[in-house]
Amino acid sequence: MRSHLNKAGVVVASLFVFVVIWALIANHLNDNALPTPLAVWEAVLVEYQSGELFQHLGMTLLRVFAAFVVAMTIGSAIGIWMGMHVLSNRIVDPWLILLLNIPALVIIVLSYIWFGLNEAAAVGAVALNKIPNVVITLREGARSLAPEYSEMAKVYQFGFFKRLRHVVLPQLQPFFAAATRSGISLIWKIVLIVELLGRSNGVGFQIHLYFQLFDVATILAYTLAFVVVMLVVEYGILQPLDKHANRWRSAHDQ
Amino acid sequence: MRTDGDQRMTNDALVVNVRDHVFKLANGETLQAIDKVSFSLPANSFTCIVGPSGCGKTTVLRMILGLDTHYQGEVDLLREGPVSAVFQEPRLLPWRTVEQNIRLVLPKARQDESLEELFDVLGLSEMRSLYPNQLSLGLARRASLARAFVLEPQLLILDEPFVSLDEATAERLRQLLLTLWQSRPTTVLMVTHDITEAAALADTVLVFSKRPASIVGSVDIQTPRDQRGATELNNIRQSIAALTIEE
Repeated sequence: MRSHLNKAGVVVASLFVFVVIWALIANHLNDNALPTPLAVWEAVLVEYQSGELFQHLGMTLLRVFAAFVVAMTIGSAIGIWMGMHVLSNRIVDPWLILLLNIPALVIIVLSYIWFGLNEAAAVGAVALNKIPNVVITLREGARSLAPEYSEMAKVYQFGFFKRLRHVVLPQLQPFFAAATRSGISLIWKIVLIVELLGRSNGVGFQIHLYFQLFDVATILAYTLAFVVVMLVVEYGILQPLDKHANRWRSAHDQ
Repeated sequence: MRTDGDQRMTNDALVVNVRDHVFKLANGETLQAIDKVSFSLPANSFTCIVGPSGCGKTTVLRMILGLDTHYQGEVDLLREGPVSAVFQEPRLLPWRTVEQNIRLVLPKARQDESLEELFDVLGLSEMRSLYPNQLSLGLARRASLARAFVLEPQLLILDEPFVSLDEATAERLRQLLLTLWQSRPTTVLMVTHDITEAAALADTVLVFSKRPASIVGSVDIQTPRDQRGATELNNIRQSIAALTIEE
């Protein structure tokens, strides 16, 4: 408990130092291009009181969530399949490299042109940008599956779902965790571009709006608000899930 | 023990008739592991396979378990019912507790059964909620035995189940294996490199040649296990050793 408090203390102190340095530089420059932390906080309050903050944060969060689910589902299915079958890996690998090297912006623009300026095109474009990373991570996971557990499952005649749940997925858990972490941070950055280019709400749309007004304080207000949301997702959902999945690893320390 | 494999007696639980198992090596060359191996196991018998290391003993077990199919011939399980295996390593799922590992092999209909007695016999009652990485190798092997016996298999395959244990622990586990087997009879086929272990446990010992494997002979042991003293064990060992030398 004590070490837990110490760790939290270090995090708070580190953030405090960051804010102090930021305030000192902003005060010294006294320029609209770098507002003080206080000015950003006031911008957060203004957006919150007008009701805009949660509306746009909510829309962005929904798109992040939708794109994440689509990318993880399709990407992990393809990745596991490629990791387990040498021939399918050989066939699909060139497509994967192609997709990996197409810039996010190109996929977004083409998606809007081909499918129209709608929600499905926006979410689809984001997911398509993320799918190759998920495929590569989960392919490595599938390649590292231990044959001795598969053999045990075969001897004891585990059915497909029993094997998946008790033998395969627990081995892939670290790879899912890695794909999720890198996935959410990449997805939210791409969602902003998608919103900037073709949506009429969301954090990306607001940032574009305040860019035209040269209102840096509100741009930073939206950025920081969304970072806070992502921190809540990380510490409130991802890390507890990780801890639960890995409880057996630390068992011998107890 | 018959080693011809051609006539099938109704009493048999397993008939193995395999030949020409060939491994493909990474450099493209091939290696013949099995020449010809034929034997049958009477139901509820305890048979050990001994032979030089690398001669293909484990390969034969893998063929019987359906884990290796690169061979000619056939493996016939003549009785209905599940097959269990205890591998050289315990192969418990590290992310499941001891009890979960054992229950996992049970069919749905038997999930609610009490495992109290089995845990008691194996001395695992206190360990049921531990994870495998909290167990010593000896305890993990017990859990692996529990998993094999809980299924009440018609055939139990054991691949050097007591290797890398100190002698006292290995001996305790051998006695546990016999206790379990006597209270829950099943046909046992066990590979071991330890001739004394084979002499103490088996009804029949099959002696394999060096690679490519064939059976050079078998030793039937008539003396009941509890009457196999030092002299008797020594005699059995000599009979087994004689076959190895003849080869």
